[in-house]
Amino acid sequence: MGRMVLVARLAVRDLRRRRVETALLLLAVLAATTTLTLGLVLREAAAGPYQSTREATAGPDVVASAQLATLEKLATASGVAAYSGPYPVVPSELRAAGRTSDVQVVGRDTASAAVDRPAVVEGGWAGDGGAVLEAAFARALGVGVGDQVTLGGRAFVVSGLAVTAATAPYPGGSCYVTAGCASGEVPEGTNLPAGLLRDPGLVWLTQADTRALSDDVSYVLNLRLSDPAQARSFADAHPSVITHTWQTVQEEATELARDSQILLLIGAWLLGLLAVAGLAVLVGGRIADQTRRVGLLKAVGGTPGLVAAVMLAEYVLVALAAAVGGLALGTLAAPLLTGPGAGLLGQASTPVPTVATAAWVVAAALGVAVVATGIPSLRAARSSTVGALADAPRPPRRVGWLIAISARLPASLLLAVRVAARRPRRVVLGAVSVAVTVSGLFVLLVLDAFLASRSGTPAYGQAQVEVLREVLLVWTVVLLCLAAVNTLVITWATVLDNRRSSALARALGATPRDVSTAVAAAQVLPALVGAALGVFPGGFALFGVINLITGGDGARVTMPSAPELFALVAAAVLAVALLTGAPALLGSRRPVAESLRG
Amino acid sequence: MNDAVDIPVLRARRLRREYGTGEGLVRAVDDVDLDVGAGETVAVMGPSGCGKSTLLHLLGGLDRPSGGEVWLNGGRVDGIGEKSLARLRRTDIGFVFQAFHLMEELTAVENVELPALLAGRSPRAARRRAERLLERVGLADRARFLPSALSGGQRQRVAVARALVNEPSLVLADEPTGNLDSAATLEVLQLFDSLHGAGHTMVIVTHDARIAATADRLITMRDGVFVDETRLTGGTSGRLGAFAGLED
Repeated sequence: MGRMVLVARLAVRDLRRRRVETALLLLAVLAATTTLTLGLVLREAAAGPYQSTREATAGPDVVASAQLATLEKLATASGVAAYSGPYPVVPSELRAAGRTSDVQVVGRDTASAAVDRPAVVEGGWAGDGGAVLEAAFARALGVGVGDQVTLGGRAFVVSGLAVTAATAPYPGGSCYVTAGCASGEVPEGTNLPAGLLRDPGLVWLTQADTRALSDDVSYVLNLRLSDPAQARSFADAHPSVITHTWQTVQEEATELARDSQILLLIGAWLLGLLAVAGLAVLVGGRIADQTRRVGLLKAVGGTPGLVAAVMLAEYVLVALAAAVGGLALGTLAAPLLTGPGAGLLGQASTPVPTVATAAWVVAAALGVAVVATGIPSLRAARSSTVGALADAPRPPRRVGWLIAISARLPASLLLAVRVAARRPRRVVLGAVSVAVTVSGLFVLLVLDAFLASRSGTPAYGQAQVEVLREVLLVWTVVLLCLAAVNTLVITWATVLDNRRSSALARALGATPRDVSTAVAAAQVLPALVGAALGVFPGGFALFGVINLITGGDGARVTMPSAPELFALVAAAVLAVALLTGAPALLGSRRPVAESLRG
Repeated sequence: MNDAVDIPVLRARRLRREYGTGEGLVRAVDDVDLDVGAGETVAVMGPSGCGKSTLLHLLGGLDRPSGGEVWLNGGRVDGIGEKSLARLRRTDIGFVFQAFHLMEELTAVENVELPALLAGRSPRAARRRAERLLERVGLADRARFLPSALSGGQRQRVAVARALVNEPSLVLADEPTGNLDSAATLEVLQLFDSLHGAGHTMVIVTHDARIAATADRLITMRDGVFVDETRLTGGTSGRLGAFAGLED
């Protein structure tokens, strides 16, 4: 116990002594844990509006569509606790504000029923000559209460907008008509059967108005079961009827959240990688700076195990704080990305993360900390006590072939290559950091272009596009911030590590500009390699993974053109150059004599 | 031995370097005048903290004076820009440091050739020159060794070779034997003696009377000012080891 208290006390004191570094460490892990939490809680958060709509509208457990006689028998089947209908449904075409859309028209004289009572969110219910439009469909068409629309050539006034839990909001939705429905994009050249409805919206009319529209009438029956959990079994037990269970409707209604969740989880992985890269450099530099402290600990009897425990404890404490912070921030932010769509009621409540979610986030944070700090901590623990007390800096690596090649380069590049060659692990971490960022940006470009091309089309409603764009924006901002922090951290670590050799180079005739250019170029050269790898294979591979997980059709998206990819690489390299410029310049301004003395 | 000649390679007038302000003001170098002629070796001795190293840094352009003038080869250099100073250090000045300051990841020959590469010499010419200098300091067989595999004396000899690689008009040495044992000190003493004999112009800051004895002139410094100046008759020719007590 006493040993643990000692370790904790030493760790906390060192963290307090280096507040800026501690804040950077916390920031890096916090970004990853927040994104991970967002991804994990999103699904539960998104299910909220559907559940509240289901409760407010007495949502059915099963919706069945078939011929009248079949449905009348089904209404009395075993397990049915209540029902409404059967209601007539006809296919039709709606014209409004210069736009045309296929629709399924359901005949309801009144919204009130034992099961499925569509909730009017604007206006009133349909009377003769009046039409109620499903809210998400109305929004997609740009139609409001009081507008005139034509259905099958007959004029109707929009009397109200309503939501229901019997079907997913537009552009999703169940198909009730006998002709069938097709949703989403249809490849060019595909011959669809005559009468098939394309991405139909949902309209409620009176039963008389409905029947007057078409002779092709089918029926829907809304069922409440005595055990809603058995909805799927009930549906399986009646194969002659087309059924839609509340679970499938919910899945369809929350599909958007699932897409967001997948994007956020992949984003969390990317940010986790960035956090590992940034942390490893920070910790490496920090432990190099703690050499003397390690020597003192060992000189007063600390075992290598104790030294490693003190080193690790610092980062474990930071990781735990970041995990708690990430859980809180992610949980609070989730509802912002899962606002109830136009077709659902209620606000997404602030969900309490499940134990599993909390465990995942804490494990990820600890994993990031241990992966990033394990090697430097063990190295410090194993160092010689005498060497550590003498505060001997970690000897630089020698990469003979790079030194030989660099002799042929101009002074700045010669020094840059040698600066990079001194710490190959840091160079790799820098390149990985840029590669991960560029891969993320590549995918963002692809998804953004995809969303832009789908905006306002039936395949992706405007509301969905907006939510997914918000998710992408969160991704982009966090990714770029963390990448910028990483670049600054890596550059500053390089500046500090090269303080003496840079001063020596100046004493031997290099100009301050040579030295600052060298430090900046030592980051820019790996950044160039990282950016190129981030596009290929990084970006393509990441997009492939996302496509595989989401089951998307990669052929439907447009990959960035060669000039766009070139611009992406150039922008990444330019950003790194700008970010490294200031610390490199600051480092080169320190007087030579002072650096050589220090 | 080389006596001072009329046109000094190095000239300092009323040179000052101050740190701090008010009551905390410290005059590390206080109104110092110095002339060093071509081929002359000047040793500066004094207790720790008397301003010897600061003086050397000012003369070599590694530090900026608070006042006064520094002239090198007839040109005033105390007010010139960092870029010009760097060019000057590259071509006209060679430094030898007490702590050697070799790049740990570079071999002996790579360390020596570095200033030549920075000065824009071709890799081949730089390497040839570096190898010749290592041969001159007796380390031809250690050219591919890393500094960590060399003794203190050998490291300092590499540092001396590096200081000479661009054939500077002035060599500034800061406690060149300060980190060495007796045997290594003798190696370096002999090397400086040979440099002196070859006509190099040098300013050596040292605690070590034996290395000061290799000079033409000995200046004693205390509290930032020159308090004594002695012309050493006979210089070092042929009698270095005996003077230093390291030979019979």
